[in-house]
Amino acid sequence: MNLLEKLDAAAAARKALLPDGVGAFGIPIEEVFSATEARIGSRRVLLMGTNNYLGLTFSPECIRAAHEAIDKEGTGTTGSRMANGSYFGHRALEKEFADFYQCGSGIVFTTGYQANLGTISGLVGPGDTVLIDGDSHASIFDGCILSGANIIRFKHNDMADMEKRLRRLGDNIETTLIIAEGIYSMLGDQAPLADIVQLKNKYGGILLLDEAHSLGVLGKTGQGLVETTGLLNEVDFITGTFSKSLCSIGGFCVSNHPQLEQLRYVSHPYIFTASPSPATIASTRAALELLRKGSHLRDKLWSNCRQLYSQLQEVGYQLGPDPGPVIAAVVATPQQALLLWQQLLEHNIYVNLILPPAAPEGKSLVRCSVNAAHTTEEIRYVGDTFVKLYDAINTQA
Amino acid sequence: MTESNYDEIMKLLCDRLSDLTNADVLIAPETNLINQLSIDSIKLLNLIMEIEDAFDISIPINALTDVQTVRELADLVHKIKITSS
Ligand SMILES: Cc1ncc(COP(=O)(O)O)c(C=O)c1O
Repeated sequence: MNLLEKLDAAAAARKALLPDGVGAFGIPIEEVFSATEARIGSRRVLLMGTNNYLGLTFSPECIRAAHEAIDKEGTGTTGSRMANGSYFGHRALEKEFADFYQCGSGIVFTTGYQANLGTISGLVGPGDTVLIDGDSHASIFDGCILSGANIIRFKHNDMADMEKRLRRLGDNIETTLIIAEGIYSMLGDQAPLADIVQLKNKYGGILLLDEAHSLGVLGKTGQGLVETTGLLNEVDFITGTFSKSLCSIGGFCVSNHPQLEQLRYVSHPYIFTASPSPATIASTRAALELLRKGSHLRDKLWSNCRQLYSQLQEVGYQLGPDPGPVIAAVVATPQQALLLWQQLLEHNIYVNLILPPAAPEGKSLVRCSVNAAHTTEEIRYVGDTFVKLYDAINTQA
Repeated sequence: MTESNYDEIMKLLCDRLSDLTNADVLIAPETNLINQLSIDSIKLLNLIMEIEDAFDISIPINALTDVQTVRELADLVHKIKITSS
């Protein structure tokens, strides 16, 4: 098979799972009306599959900041952070993140994906070890591959399994980076951070926590899992993204280790890419401020989460173990998932469809993400629709 | 580590692989994991965890880049087992 034939074979396998014309992946959004509504084709749909957890995509403060930045600084920086791409805003945002996490320093990256790539590949290299959760996000896995370090996986959130693998590392623990996530994006469950920290303290190693989905969502001020567990000082490096609760695009790493600064000189995903645009940085700074004082948004978000989670659980859907903004219905077959996804769209509800191999352990998922801008009535409509579809989905074996 | 340990590794691999794949595919040392057994990456990664537990070793995933056949996987496991014991 030549290179193009290999792609044809992969496309054929994809089409066998998802016939042409079913636009579940990369669905064209024609118009966006608000944090919760958009037009897909001729339908006005309720957006239940975004990462807009605090519902800030149309916040006047963020929009105003972005407009002003474009007017003052133009549309792009046209350069790397290492060269001409470190404006006042980039540096200010780094300080604001460091301050938010009460850390010595912070680095801003161009995306959350690159924040993981850049942090991991800057911290470890060939001969070192990364111990990662089996359900790690692709940005973590790819960062590990880029680093050239030895990659060891432990079973998702299984502390006995993690301990076994830590023990086997022996002296290599000296040069081991342990990586977990605040909230896992597939099932919405949280890392058992207290247990992870305890194991880290028993065996050694450096701990990195990706708060991509937990930033703004968990904790009184929205720091994430480090805040709800009170373990901020036990985590060595925190990464996260601007693309979810902060409603823009970009990523960060913060740490109390002064060595973080050295990453700017060695980390290719930091150096060999252009820095975020001025408007992106400006809206992110405004959003971070709103996030920090947004406990009312978190209250609304969590009340929405609990409402939908309990309604779906009651009718019998198999869900992730923890209620939270990511609520995934696990179904037995890709066909059932597709049917549920299509039927929800027929009811003007857009959710995410996740088929193997993207979902853990070959599962198929129909994943909702809840946000603070959803009204109680909207959440009830989504819940009622799931309830209405339950029998139809489950009689289709 | 002795010959019999190598055989033990090979037997475990063949047993587990036949559980994971179609029963009608015969598994031999030269069988290609991807082309012939269609083992997808997730199944392979989970199999690696099982082998780690069975032999109490660490098998870095990145060491799998050169592994295509059952024999190559057995060789890798054997090599790690020898150097770690
Ligand atoms: C856990 C996790 N980390 C990192 C990322 C990457 O973030 P970004 O979309 O900003 O590249 C994501 C988002 O998809 C994620 O879910």
